[in-house]
Amino acid sequence: MQGAHLDALVTTAADGIAFDGLVVEPDDGGYVVEVDGDSHAVETDDDLRRVATEYPAYVSNWYFWHASAPQKADRWAFLRWIEGAEERTVPERYNALAEGVTQTWGQLRITARIDDGNRRYDISHVDDTAADATLERYDDPLDARTLVKHDDDGKYRPLKTAPTLRTGWQFVDLDPADLVQTVEFVYPATVANWHRERTGDLDVNHWRETMERQSGIYGVVQTWDRGKGYEHVNWVAEACCDDSQCLKRREWEYDDETELDVDGGDGEFPCREPCSLVISAARRWTKLEGEQPQTYEFELTPSEKEQVERIVEAVADGETEAIREADVYDGANRYRTRFLRAKLFDDEGNLCGVETDAE
Amino acid sequence: MQALVIAAHGSHLSAGSSTPTFDHADTIRAVSAFDEVRESFWKEEPHFREVLRTVDADEVYLVPLFISEGYFTEQVIPREFRLEEWEPELWDSDGTSADTATLTAEDTGQTIHYCGPAGTHDAMSDVIVQRAQSVTDDPDVGDGFGLAVVGHGTERNENSAKAIEYHADRIGERDRFDEVQALFMDEDPEIDDVTEYFESDDIVVVPLFVADGYHTEEDIPEDMRLTDDYRTGYDVPTTVDGHDIWYSGAVGTEPLMADVLLERAADAGADVGDAIQRVKSETGGAEASGD
Repeated sequence: MQGAHLDALVTTAADGIAFDGLVVEPDDGGYVVEVDGDSHAVETDDDLRRVATEYPAYVSNWYFWHASAPQKADRWAFLRWIEGAEERTVPERYNALAEGVTQTWGQLRITARIDDGNRRYDISHVDDTAADATLERYDDPLDARTLVKHDDDGKYRPLKTAPTLRTGWQFVDLDPADLVQTVEFVYPATVANWHRERTGDLDVNHWRETMERQSGIYGVVQTWDRGKGYEHVNWVAEACCDDSQCLKRREWEYDDETELDVDGGDGEFPCREPCSLVISAARRWTKLEGEQPQTYEFELTPSEKEQVERIVEAVADGETEAIREADVYDGANRYRTRFLRAKLFDDEGNLCGVETDAE
Repeated sequence: MQALVIAAHGSHLSAGSSTPTFDHADTIRAVSAFDEVRESFWKEEPHFREVLRTVDADEVYLVPLFISEGYFTEQVIPREFRLEEWEPELWDSDGTSADTATLTAEDTGQTIHYCGPAGTHDAMSDVIVQRAQSVTDDPDVGDGFGLAVVGHGTERNENSAKAIEYHADRIGERDRFDEVQALFMDEDPEIDDVTEYFESDDIVVVPLFVADGYHTEEDIPEDMRLTDDYRTGYDVPTTVDGHDIWYSGAVGTEPLMADVLLERAADAGADVGDAIQRVKSETGGAEASGD
């Protein structure tokens, strides 16, 4: 392979090369080669070839990034980020890649290795041990579309960036293009938006403009407007966009002058506008939040009040499945909840027999 | 470089909604007619809003995997894809004749050849016939059979019914089936009365839907009285009022559907080489083209 790399270097040298610490400049009929602080003046292509042979890592690195890696700017930058190309010199990187360089992208663990200058990549779930021989092995990026459809409990995942990615699989020995494609099937558009953000070109659409764009059955969300108030959008972001619900880092705010009061999260890749799940939920909340509060009178023991609060908390945090069968000390335990229902609900399902006043 | 981007509805609730889109995209990938093929969705990801930035090609053929022209093809898709200066008049359509318009995507600068929906392309008639062949397991089905093409109806969009009638008329003109009738879920002639509209003992019922879901798996089988409760399933065929009903499920799941997407792009100027013939022969459509 080194022969092909050297051929390409010699062919390109007349245009000048300056990349990752390798510099070749045409000079007075020959070339000046600078690598790693060393400088060589060479007169012929053969001399250039001979000098370059002494720096195989620099040459293969230059070749890989220009002839093997995908050239689309965001894909290229993402692959560079994986191996820390902006922070490490070529020899440092090659040493690291010989062992395997690992990065985390959402719930993906991506490992880059080197093979004769070419990079090869493995992907697995961060919670799996990559060396685990029981992981299902894949090598076709298209298979990722099926893998991401359901979580470990078999539930459909409508949101690709929910932190519920299935475990138990690995993609092995992918080439750079297949690596990016696999990541794109798991977390669509994250590479493009991450890159746009890094280059100062992320086109964020805030809550208000996104809602104003809606039409059809979603047009109603425009009426969920509390004037200058944006508390309701804080609640939406807290409900849907928290890191416990979505791995994107929310960059959209109420509008371009008004930041929300809740944290946008720590995700590696940005969220540039309210997603379709948020819009669908907002449509529902628009209707529900149009209702006027009523005063109801219930009689609850202090423990029952706390139990109701605990049930809401357990459902909101997805804890119900984890509550042990006989843990009657947890208010959201099934027996405890069934007891509450038996005691406090009437035959129509009304809490304490108090009818819902829809007025 | 040229890319094919398929725009489909998708679902927040049903995992199977995107499956036909993936299947057809893979059929087209396999014949290498495009440098890139990418699925995109209104309810899933990549979303309409962001798919273009994931595509490297400067020339994009954008084909809606929708049944009819209307709200989605005229408003939602152009808006979400940010197609500059789009207006429905660019298609100059009578409701079923949208072809293509060339526009620029505002956020990426790509050239977008925005095609009419798959459902109104002439090749869709062949897919309906192919679906009838699949469900009866008879490549020559026609003699002694009636064919019902079923659509949603006009609920929000008059073109929805036009697309159904367009294909019913086209297939009727071929004289392959003894009778062909367009039926609807929410207007006359209604699918509930399917047996009243046919004299043939055997009736193939093909719903013009992209994916199986609530309407095709629950509503229509119960409306036709194939079953009292969709959860218990039904036989194919099921006898209702003395007629054998061969209910096919959504036409959009038929493999030949990939051909329609490809033809839409080719009509818009995509260089697809011999891909159309190859896809047809691989999906059983070679002998289906009757006109």
